[in-house]
Amino acid sequence: MVNFKQKWTDQYVEELIGNLLQTGVILASAVVLLGGSIYLIRHGLSAPQYHVFMGEPTDLRTLSGIVRDALTLRGRGIIQLGLLLLIATPVARVAFSVAAFALQRDRLYVVVTLVVLAILLYSLTSGQG
Amino acid sequence: MTPLLTLALGVDIRYAIGATLVSVIATSSGAAAAYVREGFSNIRIGMFLEIATTLGAVAGALLATRISTGAISLIFGVVLLYSAYASSRSRRERSEALGPDPLATRLRMNGSFPTPEGASSYNVQHVPGGFSLMFGAGVLSGLLGIGSGAVKVIAMDQVMDIPFKVSTTTSNFMIGVTAAASAGVYLGRGYIDPGLAMPVMLGVVVGSLVGARVLTHAKTRWLRIIFGLVIGIMALEMIYHGLTGRL
Repeated sequence: MVNFKQKWTDQYVEELIGNLLQTGVILASAVVLLGGSIYLIRHGLSAPQYHVFMGEPTDLRTLSGIVRDALTLRGRGIIQLGLLLLIATPVARVAFSVAAFALQRDRLYVVVTLVVLAILLYSLTSGQG
Repeated sequence: MTPLLTLALGVDIRYAIGATLVSVIATSSGAAAAYVREGFSNIRIGMFLEIATTLGAVAGALLATRISTGAISLIFGVVLLYSAYASSRSRRERSEALGPDPLATRLRMNGSFPTPEGASSYNVQHVPGGFSLMFGAGVLSGLLGIGSGAVKVIAMDQVMDIPFKVSTTTSNFMIGVTAAASAGVYLGRGYIDPGLAMPVMLGVVVGSLVGARVLTHAKTRWLRIIFGLVIGIMALEMIYHGLTGRL
């Protein structure tokens, strides 16, 4: 048990987290790149209208809508899925930290981290529906 | 990033903020692995202060959906101008080795970091002041889609007496989580456009992988001066556009 606790030093945890974040970014970039290629092949020649704000259609705002669009291989849906993965990366980091602090028997920081996680989940779900 | 998109490319500031938030998360997470290996960041300080920054970020993002784009542009310019000033100004000299603060000790924030002469330990001070400033950093981040790294570093370096290298790396760690809190709100409001966010994000990922490697070797003085100049010019333009309503 002592060895187990020693293994989860702050430095070790931070290295794991660093790798987790990098993996998340690379994965998200790959998905965005895939979606971007599909999007550009289909719509690459039409000029975008970003100086006028219209807001995204509802299917690109909600979790279920994004997944549905991505599964039908729509470029914008796949890009949005990649962006969602990117946003989820820091959230995963916080979730992982809860477990790491629990393994370190650091109750105070388990609570602190759970509060941060709750705020993040609230923000991700607040705009839905 | 937002000034670049709005000023140079004429993108609506709301789309620009959405795309920039995405790039902020990518930069922070992409550079994290490189920073972590240096062993400077303090995960407890970061996590505790993230309560303040994420709450602020959600508040700021909700505020952003209610106020006019001109007002956002104006606030943006003022914030940029201040960070240009703050980053070009030389830092206050560290008062030597204050004793441990009871609250910081209770929160287990005191730590040490590697130097060429061996591990150097530090005692964190003024936790409530730093926490409040972090809430402000969160609001700005949510309102403007920026990482507010400058405010975070000021809170940690100047207020909480945390060594500069520890402040900057811990701030980088926190930026991603703060931005994710605002990005959730922006995504739900339809401010994140895939066609715009895609090139911005991919460009930034490549840049941050290179940048994190350069930064550890670069001279901080020159970085400050260049950063200060670029930001100052952008700030004035944002204020001008905010006042004349040309965005």
